[in-house]
Amino acid sequence: MEIDTVLWSRLLTGLTLTFHVIFATVGVGVPLMIAIAEFVGIRKKDPHYILMAKRWTRGFIISVAVGVVTGTAIALQLALVWPNFMQLAGNVVALPLFMEVFAFFFEAIFLGIYLYTWNRFKNPYTHWLLTFPIVLGAGMSAFFITTVNGFMNQPEGFVLENGAFSAVNPVAAMLNTATPSKVFHVLTSAYMTGAALLAAVAAYMILKKGATVYYKKSLHLMMAVVLVFSFLTVIAGDVSAKFLAKHQPEKLAAAEWHFETERGADLLVFGWLNDAMEPTGAIRIPNALSFLGFGDFNAEVKGLNEFPQDEWPPLVSHYLFDLMVSLGFVILGIAALFFLLRFWKKKRHLYNAWLMRGIVICAPLAFLAVELGWFYAEVGRQPWIIRGYMRVEEAATSSPNVVGLFFVFLALYIVLGVLSAVVLRRLFRNNPAEAELEKTIEAQGRG
Amino acid sequence: MISYELVGITVLWIFLYGYLVVASVDFGAGFFAFYARLTKQDHLINRLISRYLSPVWEITNVFFVFFFVGMIGFFPDTAHYYGSALLIPGSIAIILLAIRGSFYAFENYGSKENIVYLFLYGATGLLIPASLSVALTLSEGGFIVETGNVVSLEYFTLFTSPLSWSIVALAIVSVLFISSAFLTFYASRADDQPALKLLRTYALFWSTPTIIAALTAFIFLGQHNQRHFDSMMDLWWLLGLSVAFFMAAVWLLNAGRRYGLAFIFVMLQFLCAFFAYGIGHYPFILDPFITIQEGATHESMGIALVAAFIGGLCLLIPSLVLVFKLFLFDADYVKGNK
Repeated sequence: MEIDTVLWSRLLTGLTLTFHVIFATVGVGVPLMIAIAEFVGIRKKDPHYILMAKRWTRGFIISVAVGVVTGTAIALQLALVWPNFMQLAGNVVALPLFMEVFAFFFEAIFLGIYLYTWNRFKNPYTHWLLTFPIVLGAGMSAFFITTVNGFMNQPEGFVLENGAFSAVNPVAAMLNTATPSKVFHVLTSAYMTGAALLAAVAAYMILKKGATVYYKKSLHLMMAVVLVFSFLTVIAGDVSAKFLAKHQPEKLAAAEWHFETERGADLLVFGWLNDAMEPTGAIRIPNALSFLGFGDFNAEVKGLNEFPQDEWPPLVSHYLFDLMVSLGFVILGIAALFFLLRFWKKKRHLYNAWLMRGIVICAPLAFLAVELGWFYAEVGRQPWIIRGYMRVEEAATSSPNVVGLFFVFLALYIVLGVLSAVVLRRLFRNNPAEAELEKTIEAQGRG
Repeated sequence: MISYELVGITVLWIFLYGYLVVASVDFGAGFFAFYARLTKQDHLINRLISRYLSPVWEITNVFFVFFFVGMIGFFPDTAHYYGSALLIPGSIAIILLAIRGSFYAFENYGSKENIVYLFLYGATGLLIPASLSVALTLSEGGFIVETGNVVSLEYFTLFTSPLSWSIVALAIVSVLFISSAFLTFYASRADDQPALKLLRTYALFWSTPTIIAALTAFIFLGQHNQRHFDSMMDLWWLLGLSVAFFMAAVWLLNAGRRYGLAFIFVMLQFLCAFFAYGIGHYPFILDPFITIQEGATHESMGIALVAAFIGGLCLLIPSLVLVFKLFLFDADYVKGNK
């Protein structure tokens, strides 16, 4: 099969986004953790937490750098690879795109200030206050860019006349029906992932060097955040499923291989499709899909057969959906287990090697879940680029050069990914937390 | 009542000018840092450069994103024409920007003193302005062909055009001139005499090629696009002001005093020339495909964008003032005491 430029365009954009999402998630999630740690540190007058904030910030800035450059890449690629999409949709979604840049601007300015003003203010809370615009800016850019994605799934705020958009209402397009559930899900999962990442670092160090005070504190703080946000993520996922059932039934139906419209629909977990396109080998949870979609075990769920077959989302989205959901529950489960042990068991079991390994694994799993969630959201929207209005093949560039560019960008991302890993490792390896803490205390002692 | 599309293009032009200045400082600094290493003078200026650039490199990048997101927002047709035509030059610019941004952070916060990083940092500093200036060349018309609905770029015409090469040359030397003028000022703020001496020679050296390249580009523009040339000639007083500011700046640099004022003159020199160029371009964004009136977005979107812009500025200007106060005009910080 020959791959055409449309598919290459999709692959190129998918590649850039897949890579960007890793750093974007860190960019949204970690600032909140830094703010929490610095606040706890100032509040308890505990240098451990202040050091945590400092060290996380140092690592964070490396990932921000890659996030910024890949973000710039995707912003430009939208116009370069999808010129016709931007020409049409630009009329309706320019506002959130523009405001996203403002939010990013705001964050960039204060991140620079935050980094270079440790110890420059008399009142420690002044420096801590600088985290507000950073957390807010990161959250706002996630919000605005998610509204654009919401629009592509649920286009609203315009009238179509002779193939062109008119009577454009930018605010209605931005606050489309898909926006609330999407933003909620994106933010909670980003905070969960950020915390899971930092908890994993602590657990890894405990496994390697034993439970030191610094890493214990860091682990407990972050696991608490993981617990809260993994719970919220599950709720957000439920809200999103209800949104899909009501407004994008074909996407949910594809994820669940639900072909016939019926009342009391079953939820399928994993399995495969046989030649007759029947789901086989799946775990069936009776009536659960109706409950997931509508909060009612006997509600009617629309099946794929109601839609023309050339508008079906790819059926592979079932696996993406199931994996994402399972991973979410695994992380919630490990976080809950950690706190159960903490409250009911003796302390010495808390730093059990298997539990620590489980927490370490949570970090890659959380990133994987985020990626799979995005894959599901995007693949499930096919064949549309603006659902119901513009097909992907009408939007792509006609230039055959995208093939070459795909490989060039692939090479670039491999280099950037490897180098950031190397740099991050070097940054922390040669400078263990305990040594740094001693230095800080010494410096303070000298005054 | 001034129309929203005119407000839009003015705002965008101002932002592009802003990017031109802050990015030039950044790009030029990269080149100078590398060059100083080669000539074993890096101990003089590298600390100074990284002290200024570290807090602001991200801001520089945002100026750029801001410009093109705003451009597509106000004038969606630009996505179709420029987007299709610039796939390769644009992707090259993305890659260069990616290398520069991330390597800068790796070097600065990660491993220090790596000559490969420094080389990439210096080389991209010159290649990025060159690749970005292609967009300016394209806007003059004659390089983009539309057959049916397919837009393509005439690479042969582009590469053999004296206009495109003169614009590339102008972009590069302007970067070096603006950057060295700023760093001279910054060194004088830091009261760093050896750095000041070195950077001042850079600034004086790059002033001559800048004015020559500007004249050359102007002459080739006249041969390529008579209409644009003529309307720029109507703005002769702006061009004259630009030359006057240039001479004043060089005089101050040469006399070795008031470096802050000298840099302001350099900025005004480019401001005048940039606006003479931009106003002369009117009403075309891309000659002859996109005009400001026809290419503009819907009125409701245009007004929403202008409103968002005003709101955004209320947020940004105080923040930028804070950055400047903390890092540029705080003498203790500049000298390295904080």
